[in-house]
Amino acid sequence: MATPDPSNRPLSPHLSVYRWELGMTMSIFHRATGMGMALTGILLVWWFLSAAISPSYFAFVDGILTSWVGLVVMTVSLWAFWYHFFNGVRHLRWDYGKNLGVHGANRSGWYVVILSFGFAIGTIWLA
Amino acid sequence: MAFKTDYKAVAGLGSAREGTGHYISQRITAIALIFLGPMFMIPFVRALGAGHEAVLATYSHPFHALIAFGFIIVGFRHLRLGVQVVIEDYVHGEATRMVAIITNALLWRGLAVAGAFAIAKIALTA
Repeated sequence: MATPDPSNRPLSPHLSVYRWELGMTMSIFHRATGMGMALTGILLVWWFLSAAISPSYFAFVDGILTSWVGLVVMTVSLWAFWYHFFNGVRHLRWDYGKNLGVHGANRSGWYVVILSFGFAIGTIWLA
Repeated sequence: MAFKTDYKAVAGLGSAREGTGHYISQRITAIALIFLGPMFMIPFVRALGAGHEAVLATYSHPFHALIAFGFIIVGFRHLRLGVQVVIEDYVHGEATRMVAIITNALLWRGLAVAGAFAIAKIALTA
C-alpha cells in the first residue's frame, strides 16, 4: 500500500474501451461544418463585393464559385449549413434540458443526418 | 512566496468574466439564424451563377437586401464566437493564443462590415 506499482494502474481516459458512437461523430461534424462555413463566408463576402464593384469583376468571382471545384465547395457548404442548422436546433433543445437521454440523443442525431441531406437536395431542387 | 496568499497567486489569471455573455450571444444569434439562414439561402442559391443582372435585381429588392444584411451581420457574429471557442480549445501558448483571438475578433467583424457594405451598395444603387 505504501509503494504501489505505478505501471500496473489503469490509464485514463481509457480510449480503447470506448465504442464509437453517433454522437461523437456528430459533435466533430458540428465543429467541422462551422469551421468550413467560416471559409465559405469569406467567399460569400468576396462574391457580394464583386457584385457591388463591376460586372466584369463579378463575372470573374462568380465564375470561380460556379466552376467545377466551386460548385463542389458550394454544394458541400449548403449541406454543411443544413447539418449545422438542424444540429444547432438539437443543441438548443439540449440547452433547454430536453432530449438529453442516450436514446433520444441518438434518435434526434439520425433525424439531423437525414434532414441535412434532404434539405440540401431540396434547396438545390427548389432554387 | 511564503507570504503570498493562495488568492494572490491566481489573481488575474482566471476567467475574463464574459463567458456568460458569450454563451448567451451564441444562442441568441443561433435563434436569429434559424429564421435568417433559410430566408437567405434560397434566393442566394438562385442568384449564384444567374448573372450580374439577376444578382442586382435580387438584392436591390428591400426584402432580400434586408435578409442578406441581417444574415451577414448576425451570421458573422455567430461565426466569430464559434471560431473563438475552437481557438481557445486548440491554440496553446499565451502569445499565440492571444494573437489568434485578436485576429479572430477583427477578421470577422471586418468581413461583416465589407459584406454589409456591398449589399447596401447594391440595394441602394442598383
